[in-house]
Amino acid sequence: MRNQPYAMRDPTAELSPILRERLAPCKDLSTATIGLLSISKERSDEFLDSVAKSLSDGGLSVLRFRKPTYTRPAPETMIQEMVERCDVAIVGLAD
Amino acid sequence: MEFLVVVKRDCETCQMVGPVLASLKASLSVMLYSQDDPTFPEEAGGARDDRGLEESWRRKIEVVPTVIRIEDGNEVERTEGWDRAEWERITGQGGLGAGLPDFKPGCGSRPAEFGMPERLALQFGGMHLASREVEVGEMEDPMEVAYDRGWTDGLPIVPPTDLRIARMLSGTTRKSDEIIGLIPPNLAECTIEKAAISAVMAGCRPEYMPVVLAVVEAALKPQFSMHGLLATLGFAGPVVIVNGPITKRIGMNSKGNALGQGNRANAAIGRALQLLIRNMGGGIPQEIDRSVLGNPGKYTFCFAEDEDDEDWVPLNVARGAKPGTSTVTLFHGDGVQGCVAWHSRTPEEVSRSLAMSLLSVCHPKACQWSKAMLVLCPDHYKIFQNHGWGRHELEAALRDALKRPGHDLIRGAHGVSEGIDPTRAEEIVDKFHEEDGLLVVRAGGKGAGQSAIIGGWPAQRKIDEIKIVSEEVGP
Repeated sequence: MRNQPYAMRDPTAELSPILRERLAPCKDLSTATIGLLSISKERSDEFLDSVAKSLSDGGLSVLRFRKPTYTRPAPETMIQEMVERCDVAIVGLAD
Repeated sequence: MEFLVVVKRDCETCQMVGPVLASLKASLSVMLYSQDDPTFPEEAGGARDDRGLEESWRRKIEVVPTVIRIEDGNEVERTEGWDRAEWERITGQGGLGAGLPDFKPGCGSRPAEFGMPERLALQFGGMHLASREVEVGEMEDPMEVAYDRGWTDGLPIVPPTDLRIARMLSGTTRKSDEIIGLIPPNLAECTIEKAAISAVMAGCRPEYMPVVLAVVEAALKPQFSMHGLLATLGFAGPVVIVNGPITKRIGMNSKGNALGQGNRANAAIGRALQLLIRNMGGGIPQEIDRSVLGNPGKYTFCFAEDEDDEDWVPLNVARGAKPGTSTVTLFHGDGVQGCVAWHSRTPEEVSRSLAMSLLSVCHPKACQWSKAMLVLCPDHYKIFQNHGWGRHELEAALRDALKRPGHDLIRGAHGVSEGIDPTRAEEIVDKFHEEDGLLVVRAGGKGAGQSAIIGGWPAQRKIDEIKIVSEEVGP
């Protein structure tokens, strides 16, 4: 969005690393809802079908999502729906 | 011996002395610098290029032309503007500038232009910021980076870049690495620099800095208990009342909508404290900030008292400050509750109306529990003033009107389990503690008799531990 370097100064007490921490892993998968996102690449459905089956066979709740096209980012409404309904997401990234 | 001269084309005096500089250059060792055009002055064959202003900044050139005599590499003396006698004395040359007036003042030096001192100090190493840098990627929006990192209160912040921080620091004479205190809840050491970063983010101008620093210092007084106020389940947050001449100097609002939006100083000063507590202290809602509901004043709650009427004793003076001093006072306050009393015409009526509304602070049956602030509007004040009432008379009348029989207030009375200890049934009970139990300030616009009540924090009932605090605004 800019053509020159840009930096801000940290307003915090600098008690945490400058790189943002990742979200903590889900502690209890047995009650979690797993979202499976296909990015619409060829054959990702086959892979995710088998992942969904093994998760469901293990008694987990699975929800499926599919991006309209792998050439663009997922629509905001889809991301919001995943945030709202899922505790964990698995993305089938490539063919 | 050599000489250093700094000029710029955009200066009539520099243009006038062009021939003088040519003759000096012909007979002396002269390093001539131009701040805006190295081809100037043509008579002297141009000058060294100081458009980057490094030489001018290092030499602290405040006026052009400036002539400096240098011996053994050190400046011995200098003269600013054109003053024939001074130029002749410093250069040891006679008969300079025949036909010129004896004296003509110079022009402003470019490093002294608005915003330049900080820019040049950062560029040439005169200022060092200690806070770590957070780089923003080429495709990233700084505002979104601030949100992602959790730096904001939910509203956008002004990105704290080096130049903005440096300008904010120019608003105080205090050193940027001075430690103000420990910011709760994490008790992080807060420097003037970190306070300046918060002030930038909150939207302050540099001239607000002395007020921001006074607010932070007041909030950090142990008796204010900022930690408890942040961590409370209650509604309250710090409410800042600013008194004294500083309020006009920085354009604070004490008139219409004083408690509302729309004034930059009111909004940004209160917000700077809240952002500091969030970012330095780690006071995050639903984490250490346990407030059940909070209140909109926790974004910012800061206003000036209206001191335009000389009959009225301002809050800071009532609390012991010398008249004419600028202070901040911090109160642990909830949101605003209106007292609409349009039909009262006598001071007795108005004070009784205000008292009836004040009785509901915290809970109608709570006594000597939360404190309160009454923000007296001009229309109500006028009624008191017309009858010769000042602060003293009003406070006395309110105290009388806020006494109630204990049997109405004890636990269980009127079918309500809230209330005071049943052993006090036969007492006449004050609503508020005598010392600082009810603060009265003046603010607001004309048009209707409606004053505001800002209820206090229930922990104020610990009157020896939790106090309303004031701090004088410093440099």
